Amino acid sequence: MNIGWYLVVSALVFAIGAGGVLTRRNPLVILLCLELMLNAANLALVAFSRMHGNGDGQIFAIIVMVVAACEVTVGLGMIVALYRRRLPIDVDELRALHG
Amino acid sequence: MTTVKTFAWLCLLAPLAGSILNALLFRVARGRIPGVIGTFFLFVSFVAAVVTFVALQDLGEEERQVRAIAWDIANTAGVDAQLTLLVDPLAVFMALVVSGISSLIHLYSVAYMDSDRGYTRFFSYLNFFVFSMLLLVLAGNFLVLIVGWAFVGAASYLLISFWYRRSTATAAGIKAFVINVLGDVGLVLGTYFIFRGTGTLDFLDAFAKAPDVFGHNDGDLVAGLILLLVGAFAKSAQVPLHTWLPDAMEGPTPVSALIHAATMVTAGVYLIARMWPFFELTPAAAAVGAIVGAVTLFIAATIALTQTDLKRVIAYSTMSQIGYMVMAVSSGAYVAGLFHLMTHAFFKALLFMAAGSVIAAMAGTQNLDRMGGFRRAMPFTFGCMVIGGLALAGVPPFSGFFSKDEILAFVAARDDWHIILAVVGYIAAFMTAVYTFRMIFRAFLGDPVPEARELESGHLHHAEVHTNPMTGEVEDTDVGFPGPVHHIAERELPMKVAMGALAVGAVIAGFLQIPDVTEAIDHFLEPTFAGSEFFEELDPSGGLTAFGLILGTVLSLSGIALAHFIWVRRPGTAERVRERLAPLYGLFVNKWYFDELIDALFVRPGRLLGAVAQSVIERLFVDGGITGGATSVVRAGSAAVRAVQTGFLRNYVGLIVLGMVAVTVYFLLQT
Repeated sequence: MNIGWYLVVSALVFAIGAGGVLTRRNPLVILLCLELMLNAANLALVAFSRMHGNGDGQIFAIIVMVVAACEVTVGLGMIVALYRRRLPIDVDELRALHG
Repeated sequence: MTTVKTFAWLCLLAPLAGSILNALLFRVARGRIPGVIGTFFLFVSFVAAVVTFVALQDLGEEERQVRAIAWDIANTAGVDAQLTLLVDPLAVFMALVVSGISSLIHLYSVAYMDSDRGYTRFFSYLNFFVFSMLLLVLAGNFLVLIVGWAFVGAASYLLISFWYRRSTATAAGIKAFVINVLGDVGLVLGTYFIFRGTGTLDFLDAFAKAPDVFGHNDGDLVAGLILLLVGAFAKSAQVPLHTWLPDAMEGPTPVSALIHAATMVTAGVYLIARMWPFFELTPAAAAVGAIVGAVTLFIAATIALTQTDLKRVIAYSTMSQIGYMVMAVSSGAYVAGLFHLMTHAFFKALLFMAAGSVIAAMAGTQNLDRMGGFRRAMPFTFGCMVIGGLALAGVPPFSGFFSKDEILAFVAARDDWHIILAVVGYIAAFMTAVYTFRMIFRAFLGDPVPEARELESGHLHHAEVHTNPMTGEVEDTDVGFPGPVHHIAERELPMKVAMGALAVGAVIAGFLQIPDVTEAIDHFLEPTFAGSEFFEELDPSGGLTAFGLILGTVLSLSGIALAHFIWVRRPGTAERVRERLAPLYGLFVNKWYFDELIDALFVRPGRLLGAVAQSVIERLFVDGGITGGATSVVRAGSAAVRAVQTGFLRNYVGLIVLGMVAVTVYFLLQT
């Protein structure tokens, strides 16, 4: 099968994820969309790995999963902390760091 | 040799120990303990000086110049800076005078400053001053001399501004410090000229090399010595750098007695005497010193005739007497100058102490116009004042008689033009007798003032409202102001002992050096001045000496008689003379307009320059240009950067995505 199809799916998923991050206000959903973007990249990596016939890309994909797991842990922890402090669960309201 | 060194160091360091101990104890010390500590360390210092003196006399004549080196301060690039003391007869002579007079003045202050809230601070400062002064006179090289010189100036500043909440006292302290620093600069620059020629900072080495390096009236050496003289003039209150000394009377009276009469102001005389090998090489520089000394002694005597502040009269007489000393040591009459330094220390400290007692009886008032008739109320003070006055006026056989006449005889014998200086000296000697006894007669004779009457019936007057004697401002008696209780010599044993000892000194010190009879000081100082042309050859003939002694006696007695006539027998005479000689009186009472001159020449242009610098350089250039320019650039740049930081997550993500797309498009277009 042509590698182009894999890349098209990967690009689509990536675009959906990026769109979600850009437009959604709920941090939980933003985290989900980030996962979509990372997995789109994983898909592309695995596809290239298959095309070149060696395992480097697959190792990359596994590392990306580890990073994603860490990122989700931190992100969810922050959301829980926000909730406990009764802060709004809305990224547009949380803009205390503006210049 | 070891004894000399050990005790010289002990003499120097004991006052420092006292100063540090008092400084550490100031929270816990109660009553008169700080005073006792300060006086004890001073007596230790004096005893050490005496032991040094005895040990030095045991050495052979050629060995009596002992160098005590503690350690190297710097020994690099041709500079041999060591912590050296030079213990020779001149240094020991000065150390004896300084530590001896200081111990007595400390003893006096134990009682006199008793009610002052800054009692501990006072003794800490006073001990520090004595340490600095001893460092100055015992210094073995220029470096240590400069350190001692600067320390003495700082101690003087601290003690003049001792009552630091009096605006007049702080102003006087600043004035004294600024003029003294001017002198320090002169001393440092003068040292540079000598160091450049001789290549060494050590006194003895420099003296030994001087004749080989510098020629007769060598330009470099003349410049260096004139700069040294600037230092000496500033410290010894010689014209035109004298204006700080009368203002320095704002300090407590024991300070006036110790620093501004007996010791610190004689540092310039010591410096000139110490540098004699240089001055003998350059008669031009020595002539400057002699002439300035003569001018000072005359001007100060005329001013003293018209002042009405008790302490300022004595201050001007100090200036005048130091003028005599500077004239003497600059004319080659080293021993005469140093002899007068010693006798002057005795009788001038005594006069100040007696004046302090009178001021205490007047509850702080220093104005002669308000005093009178204290003779019966204060017999002891009166006796001391008269002894001091007779010595100052030069009446035989008091000490001032021998020393002053020795100076004038030596100066007259020097050569043709020096005789003019001697004549000026004799005229001023007459005025000295007049102003000294004007002061004594006005304070002690005549109708008793209310304060004197109260004291006669056994009550010491204490002011209800404390005021500044200069401005009349109402003052507190808290720390930073004079204390509420006054002490007079009649009622305080320490004051009595100190004044009694000085009175004995003022009477008998002159017998140490009677011409052709007991030339003790001459013999003692011989090793220091060995090889000096003037020390060996300058000797007034017997006839000149006898003539001088008789003339001095006649002048002083007639001066006292004149003062008695004007202020006691015919009380209105002074006012009539003043009206007849109004322009002259105006000149004298305004102190020859020196303050106004310096104000117009230096102070006001300096202020103007400062104002211009502030409004133009500081406001426009620094504040406006440099500071303002830099901040506005930073502010504009940061405003642009800040606008990007909106705080909206989607903006940041959007920017990242946009950047990524831009990079992708770039690479796609490349292929």
